Amino acid sequence: MSQFKYMNDMNDLFNLDGPLSRGPLLRFQKKSQENVNISSNLSLNSSKQKSMSVSNLSTSKTPTKNGGSDVIRLGRKTPSKTPSKARSKSTTPTPNKGAKTPNADRFIPSRSATNFDLAHFKLGQNDNLLSPSSKELQKNICESLHGEDISKQKILSYQKKAPSAPEGFMNPMKVIYSQTKTPASAKSSSRYIPQAPDRILDAPDIIDDYYLNLVDWSSNNILAAALGAHVFLWNAGTGNIEELLALEGNDYVCSLSWIQEGNYLAVGTTTGTVELWDCATVKRLRTMPGHSARVGSLAWNSYVLSSGSRSGQLIHHDVRQREHVVSTISAHSQEICGLKWSTDKKYLASGGNDNVLNIWPAVSGGFHSQPQPLHTFTAHQAAVKALAWCPWQPHILASGGGTADRHIRFWNCNTGACVNSVDTKSQVCSLLWSTNYKELISGHGFANNELIIWKYPSMTKVTELMGHTARVLHLAMSPDGTTVLSAGADETLRLWKCFVMNPLKKKEVQVKSKTSALKQSIR
Amino acid sequence: MATVLKNKSSITLRGSAEIVCDYLNYGINSILYQRGLYPPETFRNEENYELVMLMSTDQKIKEFLEKTLAQVKDWLVERIVNKIALVITNVKTLEVLERWDFNVEYEGNDTSKEQKSEKPLNIIKKEIRDVLRQITSSVSFLPLLDCLCSFDIHIYTKDDVELPNEWAESEPANIKNAQCVKMKSFSTNIHKMETVVTYKNEDF
Repeated sequence: MSQFKYMNDMNDLFNLDGPLSRGPLLRFQKKSQENVNISSNLSLNSSKQKSMSVSNLSTSKTPTKNGGSDVIRLGRKTPSKTPSKARSKSTTPTPNKGAKTPNADRFIPSRSATNFDLAHFKLGQNDNLLSPSSKELQKNICESLHGEDISKQKILSYQKKAPSAPEGFMNPMKVIYSQTKTPASAKSSSRYIPQAPDRILDAPDIIDDYYLNLVDWSSNNILAAALGAHVFLWNAGTGNIEELLALEGNDYVCSLSWIQEGNYLAVGTTTGTVELWDCATVKRLRTMPGHSARVGSLAWNSYVLSSGSRSGQLIHHDVRQREHVVSTISAHSQEICGLKWSTDKKYLASGGNDNVLNIWPAVSGGFHSQPQPLHTFTAHQAAVKALAWCPWQPHILASGGGTADRHIRFWNCNTGACVNSVDTKSQVCSLLWSTNYKELISGHGFANNELIIWKYPSMTKVTELMGHTARVLHLAMSPDGTTVLSAGADETLRLWKCFVMNPLKKKEVQVKSKTSALKQSIR
Repeated sequence: MATVLKNKSSITLRGSAEIVCDYLNYGINSILYQRGLYPPETFRNEENYELVMLMSTDQKIKEFLEKTLAQVKDWLVERIVNKIALVITNVKTLEVLERWDFNVEYEGNDTSKEQKSEKPLNIIKKEIRDVLRQITSSVSFLPLLDCLCSFDIHIYTKDDVELPNEWAESEPANIKNAQCVKMKSFSTNIHKMETVVTYKNEDF
């Protein structure tokens, strides 16, 4: 401290126009000297001794107006004018000037590096005036804040720090949070895609849950949509709406799936049962229990219905038989949210909340899968819900990941290789391949809540369809492949005529009559 | 990996510390990637715990983590670490934006160096996998770190620790308006690891 005294004396000598430094003490300075003890207790310096000496020094050695005001500032009375004067003092050449920290003064060289809150707390800690109960309280607060008694622990860190990111680097996560539209590919497509939906249907009470599968469009051109506990059928040809069923209590419908032939609907519920409904007669055919948790995904393969539940279990039901459970597989460690049979029915893909995508081979001569997966893909960093098999290359699977992943990945299931992957910058909620074009469409969440049409295999964006005000949860395609239905969490269903065929080409398309394996067998 | 004896497949104290440090290494790298602290192209895929983890390829970050975690391992064996904290700070304002606490608890009555655990390694790995998944999925609720950030690792130890070379004491990193989310925990029956993320609540 002696060098401070010397430097201050020197400053007083050289500062001719400075404030008066000699003469009797001013009244408020005397007063502050009396209050030294109190002010040192209240001052927020890191140690008691230090703050004592600081305030002593400032009053006795430099009995200037500024010095006095400094003590008052540390103490309790703060005249409104003094802080500005105290600041002007720092412009005079004090020894502290070398420190060059903007918010430093003579005695506390670096205010930002000092933890005043903790220091003040520690100063008061030794006070014997506290009652035992408040001491106990303080100890408990301290323990709950810091985990344990802070006086008995050290916080250490390695001094050779890791570098921060390069200057100008922007957090890549920003794209997820920003509303800016990413430019579609510059190449304009040769066909016209309407940017507005063809129709908008209301879907009140549709559950905003990523893990469910709530719409399906049958080959008979009937769209089934689950809204809470109700299932509605919308005839896309006539526009008729019919209520198929309503669950009781707090139960709700978790998944829907039409059989290939299109007149039977499988319904997965919260109670873990799968119901089978005949939609022509609006009658329930059977209820198939088996799951211990809600059934969020369903997939048909001829007369075998595969269902995935929240428990991670996959059950194959033979819907013709009384003992319907063909096999039970512990497929995932968390909820199964995506389940799709490949177009040639050779593979079953299942995606779960455990970020795993499993490929199950079908048993030879049967319609269910083997109990061991052929491939297990762990490349996704989030839940895998969006699954779609390529219609023209039956071993190619497209899968999309949730918020933490945001990628669409393509898998060759014959070889088990990841063929391609694209970062979509947004949660992928659903995926569909077009049957009319070599394209696929994906439904997304935040920030744009859009549908994107991608060219395959180049994965350039053909167009982006905006309109939904909340994430696009589910997609379904009309049987003729021209129209895509998107179900958004904004409680609307939108129909997009985005894959309309060129009328010249249309003539070549032949309508294949489908033969039903089930029609004879199910009663 | 863990020192596994062939006859009884038990995990030693040192092996348990190694498991914990492996977890920390993967967890911290995963946080650095998922929170977007560094450019994603500086990370490469590495498979472990039946997951694809993204590990930084930056030489300096690797070195820092290696040195720090080697020291942590020694201290875990000596049972003097209470907590490892990954602190994310704004480079410009030095404000602490996020803190990942890895709390360590020591289990078992045996406090000698020969403590062993009979817990099967695949169960421990499964528990670790669940925590790592939760870390990955945390991006969906954590606020965006919309500034240049750096990270530091603070080791909370007992106060009788000898300060090694190149190590120094530091201040606790507290966050104003903090919001706390606890992840799953895992245990080797020697070390119990609890992961908590604390972040600044913007809406407050």
